[in-house]
Amino acid sequence: MSRKLALRDALREAMIEEMRRDENVFLMGEEVAEYNGAYKVSKGMLDEFGPKRVIDTPIAELGFAGIGVGAAMNGLRPIIEFMTWNFAVLAFDQIVNNAAKTLSQSAGQFNCPIVFRGPSGSAGQLAQQHSQTFESWMANTPGLKVISCVDPADAKGLLKSAIRDNDPVCVMESEMLYGFEGEVPEGEYLVPIGKAAVRREGTDVTLVSYNKMMLPTLEAAEELAKEGISAEVIDLRTIRPLDYHTIVASVKKTNRLIVVDEAWPFAGVSSEVAYEVQKFAFDYLDAPVIRVNSADVSLPYAAPFVEAYLPNAEKIIKAVKEVSYVK
Amino acid sequence: MATAAPTKKRATSKKKTTYSKEQYLEWYTLMLRIRKFEQKALMAYGQQKVRGFCHVYIGQEAVAAGIESALIEGDGIVTAYRQHGIALGRGITSDAAMAELFGKATGANKGKGGSMHFFSKEHNYFGGNGIVGAQIPIGTGIAFAEKYKGTENLCVTMFGDGAARQGALHEAFNMAMTWKIPVLYILENNGYAMGTSIERTSNVTDMSKLGLSYEMPTESVDGMDPVAVHEAVGRAAAHIRSGKGPFYLEIRTYRYKGHSVSDPAKYRTKEEVKEYQDRDPIKMIEKTILDGKIATEKEIKAIQSEIKEEIDHAYKFAEESPLPDASELYTDNYLQEDYPYLT
Repeated sequence: MSRKLALRDALREAMIEEMRRDENVFLMGEEVAEYNGAYKVSKGMLDEFGPKRVIDTPIAELGFAGIGVGAAMNGLRPIIEFMTWNFAVLAFDQIVNNAAKTLSQSAGQFNCPIVFRGPSGSAGQLAQQHSQTFESWMANTPGLKVISCVDPADAKGLLKSAIRDNDPVCVMESEMLYGFEGEVPEGEYLVPIGKAAVRREGTDVTLVSYNKMMLPTLEAAEELAKEGISAEVIDLRTIRPLDYHTIVASVKKTNRLIVVDEAWPFAGVSSEVAYEVQKFAFDYLDAPVIRVNSADVSLPYAAPFVEAYLPNAEKIIKAVKEVSYVK
Repeated sequence: MATAAPTKKRATSKKKTTYSKEQYLEWYTLMLRIRKFEQKALMAYGQQKVRGFCHVYIGQEAVAAGIESALIEGDGIVTAYRQHGIALGRGITSDAAMAELFGKATGANKGKGGSMHFFSKEHNYFGGNGIVGAQIPIGTGIAFAEKYKGTENLCVTMFGDGAARQGALHEAFNMAMTWKIPVLYILENNGYAMGTSIERTSNVTDMSKLGLSYEMPTESVDGMDPVAVHEAVGRAAAHIRSGKGPFYLEIRTYRYKGHSVSDPAKYRTKEEVKEYQDRDPIKMIEKTILDGKIATEKEIKAIQSEIKEEIDHAYKFAEESPLPDASELYTDNYLQEDYPYLT
């Protein structure tokens, strides 16, 4: 049995179920309690769990991320919500220098079971400072795990896994897609961290993407099918650890790869995917790997800039035709 | 430097000799252990047996001693990178501490932390943190967890006068007061943020004022006297344990050496250093013990020779211990045992 749920509702279900299951799980962040969440992800949670476990903070990302790290070192399982990952930049010291390194520095004595979550990526005309993606930034750091997923069923199962994980996990959501609906199973289930999902099977080209770029990627696959090109679509779901086995297996079948990544092109998730594929499927490639990224610039405000900046189905189709050597 | 230890507080503590002989000797022993450990560490650094950064605690020993004696079972401590003394106070052995400096497998952290990062879960020691001020929110979070779990414990969160200029301090102070978190903030004011004196880092040079914007109760303490530190920590801890939230102690102390082993400390005068060495915390407590006939000279000499033996042993233990196996590189990054590292 399943029902349709929006991404925000699926994420909320994950948190509520885990908070009912484990007294040590709590939610902390800006506007999560009385305001019911800036994007209503935590709507109603204050009513159920009270102010001890659903905690409004002042605007102090570094401070409350650090309080989360300390609480996690001392036996609790905090969920730290950032209103957006753009604001989490202020807290990177706590995520990168502390959450990620506590286990190593303490030689295994103190772990840091904490979830940092919030939306990542562009969300319309929000201009330079509110439009960035952070998967590549966080995934570069050993000690962290990174999830980035907008499919409501998977997002729920992955967030539950993240809350139960004994290592720090960064969860990237999407401001644009909190209302995005999908079938979500009834009852208890987990989705394992570190496993990609094949969303659409195909034989001619592999399209790899994640988070909200899954939408134009699937749209492109649909369009390509009409033209007789069969695209296999892979949703990474987890960025670190990266499930390159699923990608390599697909490329060995299709011999062509396009990576669609909202991140900037330099040293990003798309670069890593391309590297793994050339390493493990070099002899299978019939064309160079092509990446469809956001433009290598800061995103300005006006509408034509947003259109030109982001990957879209048209750009993906163009890339597929390029690797397929068709016009 | 405008932050000489307040004479008023010293006078108060001198009047009191109500502590047991054991307590005095415990302070003396720990302070001497720290002093001798640090001297040996500096020697080993000169011999290139200790590498990396190395910040020693010489001059500040009374702070560690006075804090420890005032805490109860289960209280936590987190501090910065000048942390050998605090770690020894927590109960990490001289052997494990020295071996850690030598980067040996028998070290407190299996050779993974080095001088800045000793930890001990067994002793509720949440580490030496190498990012200036990062431990201030972390210690607040450790204390937050104690309140969440409903214990009577607190977390001592230590930082230097340099760290006190970080934004993290203000964010943590604000939330700790708002939520009445059982955290004891201790500023070890040694007058210098690396090579920059307090006067050059802010318009506000009276560091005891830092908590006032948050209406946090505050005291300034003579950090050259373990009795004064013990009593101030005791008062602060009682306040915190009564549920009233955080307390902030500015403990005025002095480091005799440079910021780290590579710092010749040319930014201060010999006279200034001498002024503090004249009030050396170990000499002073020794004098108090002998003048007050709390213990005999023979007993003091016995402690001195025990400590010498202990530190010599630590050096030998560290030297003779094995280096960690390189395969340990891939442990303790994730608790997940089958994490698929990229290779």
